[in-house]
Formats: sequence, structure tokens, C-alpha cells
Amino acid sequence: MNFYFSFLVVFSLLAICVPFILLFGFTGALARRSRIAPFRWFGLAYTSMVRGIPDIIFFLFVPIALDQGIEYLRHHAKCPEWTEPIRQGNDFVVCAAAKMPLGPSPQWVHETYGFFLAALAFAIVFGAFAANTLHGALAAVPKNQLETGAAFGMSQKQIFWRIHLPQMWVYALPGLSNLWMILIKATPLLFLLGVEDIVYWARELGGSKTERFAYPHGDWRLGYFLVLLVFYLLLSWVSEHVFARLNLKMSKGLATIGGQA
Amino acid sequence: MTCAQTISDYGLRAIGLGERALPRADITLCEQVVLIGSGLIWNVYFAVIALGLGFFLASSIAFARNSSNPFVWRPAAFFIFVIRGSPLFIQFFLLYEAFVLLPKLGFDINLGFVEVTIETRWLTRAWLGATIVLFLNTTAYTAQIFYGALRSVPKGEIEAGKAIGMTKSQINKRIIWPTMLRLSWASYTNEAIFLLHATALVFFSSFPAWRQQGDALYFASYFADKTFNPFVPYPIIAGYFIVLTLIVIFIFGWFNRRLNRHISKNH
Repeated sequence: MNFYFSFLVVFSLLAICVPFILLFGFTGALARRSRIAPFRWFGLAYTSMVRGIPDIIFFLFVPIALDQGIEYLRHHAKCPEWTEPIRQGNDFVVCAAAKMPLGPSPQWVHETYGFFLAALAFAIVFGAFAANTLHGALAAVPKNQLETGAAFGMSQKQIFWRIHLPQMWVYALPGLSNLWMILIKATPLLFLLGVEDIVYWARELGGSKTERFAYPHGDWRLGYFLVLLVFYLLLSWVSEHVFARLNLKMSKGLATIGGQA
Repeated sequence: MTCAQTISDYGLRAIGLGERALPRADITLCEQVVLIGSGLIWNVYFAVIALGLGFFLASSIAFARNSSNPFVWRPAAFFIFVIRGSPLFIQFFLLYEAFVLLPKLGFDINLGFVEVTIETRWLTRAWLGATIVLFLNTTAYTAQIFYGALRSVPKGEIEAGKAIGMTKSQINKRIIWPTMLRLSWASYTNEAIFLLHATALVFFSSFPAWRQQGDALYFASYFADKTFNPFVPYPIIAGYFIVLTLIVIFIFGWFNRRLNRHISKNH
């Protein structure tokens, strides 16, 4: 049962991440195009970091860093009379009221909190990829389209919302569909973040002896992983077809090779 | 302990030379930098072997994919689809489990005059097993990139080759293959960077680090667990990977200039 439920975990991760990825992506892309230099530098740093650093490092780093950051802030807000340092040698000590989530809260709260931290880490990393794609797409819209808008007397805002943004999608779609494929294939990394996802259950249920139970069957992990493999193959196969359809629809009315067909 | 002492103790720790025991308490910054750096040996090893071997197999699979014989192109297309459609992480798990289930002792292959023993237990070790997974993975991605480029080799160049009387294999070797590389080099650089980053997954997925001889991420997460402070080891490993990525970009950029040296700069 838990095994089937864990498929939902994967889908919910995808569903939660996508809006945030687009949000971070747009912020990053717009920051990179900003006329204010510090914003531009920030955008550039954000979009280039994923090229130099493996995503797995972010997945490991961001949840712990966020967790400690939140607890640090709460510690300062809730227990101002606490005088001992927070970092005591190899320990990170905050007062009980600043624990996040609170110590006595039920197990599912802990799990959900961990899940959201993981989702946020995904959103930050893939937001940077998306920012790269969207930045390229914004730059790919032909200049004369925007100049036409200006010639009609449209304001900067109108040009952006009515011409630049709608036209950008066609150029962004191939990059975004690629990103979606990478995102799908990154979901099993949830397991490394301690979320009980399909990989976790495949190992738990497939092994003949686990931390919790000794199953009467032998080592079935190979079989379970084959099921996962097929699951992912199906997922990417379906997505590929959906994107091909979408691309056809989006290119309608545009004088590109795809649009003329 | 001075930092020079640490370097001589732990500099080659990842391949089993030097001090056996990892630092446990009072971990210094120097120890973290040195040990994570020594783990990088593994990342470079995986990346170089997988990319080097994968390049040649990918070239042939790209040509196979382009073949008109269905018995040739269908298996190639299937291989590319399966590897590209599934997560590398699952591939690591799957093949590790498969390698573990193989008979532990090894096969004796009788070649008539000499007996060769292939030890299958090596397959469960990261140095061979993980390299195989990474090799297959990069082969499929690279083959797809090469195949895409192969389709866009200008027809005129091939006809020019025919016109001066080149044989089919000469055309393949001297016209199609170099042009294919030239067209796909930018995407191939990206793939190389992705593979380099994927090497960080090896000891994090199923392959156990034998005698704590792990890669850079293995040591980085070891320190993060021990000190409960992610703000030191992860930035260190991030810095190392940025440097490695820049080196990859530099090497591939040099090769790209070589591939394009006959194209006039004015275009």
C-alpha cells in the first residue's frame, strides 16, 4: 500500500515544484535582464551556478541550510535570553521552542516538513535551469516585433505583456520540455533527502531483510527496480508526446518551420 | 597537526593511501579541503573513463541509428530510449542489484589453451560497476546528440565527396564523422558537464564506498554529518566542481576551435 502511495508522492512533488520553478525562473530571467547592475549580477550568478555545481549537492545542502537558517531565526525571535552559542563544537543547539517543527509534533508533520524543504531545493535548482531557458527565449523574440509595438504607441509594460511574453513561449517550449524531462528523472533523488518515495519502498519491500521486517521472500529488489524503470519510461514517453502536441499548437500562426506545417 | 601533515596523510586517502582512520573530532578546515579534494580523484576517474569510452561507442550507435536496416537501427533506437527515458539513479540501483545477484565467484572461460577467470564480484565494486553504468548512460545521451547532428550534415558535402571519387567508408570517415562532431560539439560539451556532475551520484546511490574510499561528495556529506554544519563542506565541494567544470569547458573549447579551424572567422 505504501508503495502505491509513494507514486503519489512523486506526482505531488512534480505538481508542487512546477509553479515555483516557473516563478524562480521568471525572477531569475528578469533579474538577468534588469537595468540595475546588482540585480543583473544576482541573476547571472543564480543562472550560472547550476552549470558549475552538481544538482545533488544543492539537494543535500539546501534542506539542511534552510532548516538551520529557520531554526536560527526562530531561536533569536523566541529565546532572546539564551546566552550559549548555537554552534557548540559539532552540535547545532537551539532552544526547544525554536525547533522546527516542534519536537512533540506528530510524525507526519516532520515528514511533510521534510518533503517541503526537499521540494524547495528542487524548485531552486530547476528554477535556475528555467531562468536560463526563459532568458534565452526572451532574447530570441525578434526585435522588430517589439519595435512594431513601440511604433503603435504601446507603453513598455504593454509591449512586455502583450507581445514579448506571448511570443516568448514558442521559443521557451523546447527548453522547458527538456527541463521537464530532467525534472522527472531527478525525482528519485528524493530518496536521498529522506523522503519515503518509491525508491525507498522498492528497497524496503524488495529486500528480504530490512531494518523493520524480515520478509519470507528472497531478494526482489531487482524486480521492484525494473517496475520503477518501466514507470519512468512510460512517464517520459507520455510527456514526450504531450510536448510534441503542445509545440504544434503553439507554433500555429508563426512563420517558423514548425508553424508552416 | 599542520596542514602539510594533513595533506600527506589524507591527500590520497580516496584511493586507500595514507592514514586509515578518518578524522572524527575537532575537524579542521584543512582536513575538509584535503579529503574532499582527494575524493575528487574518483570523480575525475569516472568522468574520464566513461566519456572516453562512451565517445567511440556513441559514434557507432549514432551511425547505427541512422542506418536504413531495421535490424540495425531498431536496437540502437531502443537502447537510446531506455537509457534516456529512465533516471540515472534508477539505473545505478538496478544494475547494482543485478550485479549483486550474479554468481559471486566468477566464471571460468576456457579458451582451449588458457583459462581466464572473470571475477563478477568486481562488478559490485564502484570502480568497475559504476563506470559501466556511467559509460552506458553517457553513450546513450551522446549517441542521441550525434544522431541529431548526423541528420543535419549538408548533403552537398557528401555529394562533393562522391564527385571526387571517395569510397563510402572514406566519405563516412573523412566527411560525415568530422562534420557530425563539429555540429554537435556544443551539445556534447553540455553532456560532458552533466556526466561530470553525475559522477557525484556514484557513492550516494547503491555502490558502497569500500573502506571509506569515496568520492568528493561522500567525504563532503561525511563532514556535514559529523560537524552538523553544511556551510563548510558543501561550499568546498561546490568550489571544486566549479573548477572542474571550467577545466572541461576549457578542454572542449580548445577542441572546438580545432574542429572549426578551417571555417573562416568572418562568418
